[in-house]
Amino acid sequence: MNAAGNIEALKTIVHREVHRILRIWGQTLVPPAITMTLYFVIFGNLIGARIGEMHGIRYIDFIVPGLIMMSVIQNSYGNIVSSFFGSKFQRFVEEMLVSPTPNWVILTGYVLGAVARGLMVGAIVLVVGMFFTRIQLHHPLVTLATLLLTSVMFAFAGFINAMYAKKFDDIAIVPTFILTPLTYLGGVFYSVSLLPPFWEKVSQMNPILYMVSAFRYGLLGISDVPLGTAFAVMIGFTVALGAFSMRLLVQGRGLRA
Amino acid sequence: MTELALSIRGLEKTYDNGVKALRGIDLDVAAGDFFALLGPNGAGKSTTIGIVTSLVRPTAGSVRVFGHDLATQREAALSCVGVVPQEINFNQFEKPIDIVANQGGFYGLPRKLARERAEKYLKLLSLWDKAEVAARTLSGGMKRRLMIARAMVHEPRLLILDEPTAGVDIEIRRSMWQFVQGINAAGTTVILTTHYLEEAESLCRNIAIIDKGVIVEHTAMKTLLAKLDRESFILDLTAPIEACPDIGIVHLKRIDATTLEADVPKGTTLNELFDALARTGIRVRSLRNKANRLEELFLSLVERGNGGAR
Repeated sequence: MNAAGNIEALKTIVHREVHRILRIWGQTLVPPAITMTLYFVIFGNLIGARIGEMHGIRYIDFIVPGLIMMSVIQNSYGNIVSSFFGSKFQRFVEEMLVSPTPNWVILTGYVLGAVARGLMVGAIVLVVGMFFTRIQLHHPLVTLATLLLTSVMFAFAGFINAMYAKKFDDIAIVPTFILTPLTYLGGVFYSVSLLPPFWEKVSQMNPILYMVSAFRYGLLGISDVPLGTAFAVMIGFTVALGAFSMRLLVQGRGLRA
Repeated sequence: MTELALSIRGLEKTYDNGVKALRGIDLDVAAGDFFALLGPNGAGKSTTIGIVTSLVRPTAGSVRVFGHDLATQREAALSCVGVVPQEINFNQFEKPIDIVANQGGFYGLPRKLARERAEKYLKLLSLWDKAEVAARTLSGGMKRRLMIARAMVHEPRLLILDEPTAGVDIEIRRSMWQFVQGINAAGTTVILTTHYLEEAESLCRNIAIIDKGVIVEHTAMKTLLAKLDRESFILDLTAPIEACPDIGIVHLKRIDATTLEADVPKGTTLNELFDALARTGIRVRSLRNKANRLEELFLSLVERGNGGAR
């Protein structure tokens, strides 16, 4: 297929993904808005008012970047893992596999769909956050680059999960037992500089810390880790997960007998 | 030289569990043909189709579609193929119009053209009034027709139908075959697998029979049918008989008091059979084939492969 054909195939996959997100908006867009409103009310307003400031910033303002990141991570991952596994489970993934659509177009299409949901949910959480906070954008480019890199990285991670998954339980295990703990321990609700030195070192092995810190730098101008290190980690993980996703797709693991 | 829509050489497939589904098959299908690929369950038909549509990876051998090697020119080869699989494999929550138009997109059709084609084929397959409902609400026959519309959206040169009429009522089957015969007449090569052998006999010009991963017959339908050395008929008699008569030229078997089975060898006419029966006082009200001719041949070929005798 020529370049124009590949673009049409890519547009078709992205269109189908976005259409799906909007068709089931009650499952995809509303729950994060409700959950984050509760976080802002309980952790920000009620408990945060007693905590005071973190790095000289109101606690409720401090947690906004982490909450947006948390939503972006969970929704980018959740979108691709459920959508791609669903297409495997119902076998309509075969519609693409029997067509001349190249593997890289399939992967890019699903990743863009996941990024679209990550950004939609991120925007919703930001709007919700603006009702409770006074945040300003300190570094728009850093904010946008972090948002996109994080979303792409977790889209790849979700894709890998979907490729290996054989039943619906398999797509719930990683988010429950790995993603959620890493997110909560990635400095969403606190600065890792508050931890004892040993646990601060342990936290630095958590990639989500770098995303939350870079995003917090973009929004608030403060970070727990050097910005260069944060971007190196994000780019490194994104490239590695992307390459592994592509390899699985080319091998046809679980897709082609 | 005749252009080949499909050319398979030395195709082998051994699955991870050790099952040898294909043991080195060779198969040619000429462009424009209406071709039957028949075989008992587990013979290797679906594996062959799976390999041609790239859902199954071959262990050895080559596949060329209109001259494009599937291994080295995958995209060009797959662009020529449309497939209607045995199992329903579309998103049941999507609308038929989106299912068909999206498939066009996967073959590189611009959105506008894909939707125009989707409308064309949904109308041709009498599904246009269901274009905007959720696909899960369609009946079984409608779902089959939807998969044909989906397979046709990029107007493939080779259409593969893997048991498309399984579980479909006779009226819909007829309309489906009318549609498929129309596109074949317009130049599309059609490969059909079916368990309804009378369909294969009436529709297909050439045939391959596969059994245990080996092609046991690959010829023109007429040539194959000419090999039939006997045909079995069921005769309904006008009056009951006590015992089975011996008429010499044809072996008869009494099914019940008013029904006989006649095993008529090639070269013996039905007139000779009727005359012989009339001489013993038996009159025949009606007759029908015990099985259709292709079915008899099919069973004989497959049973021969199993070491059985007829």
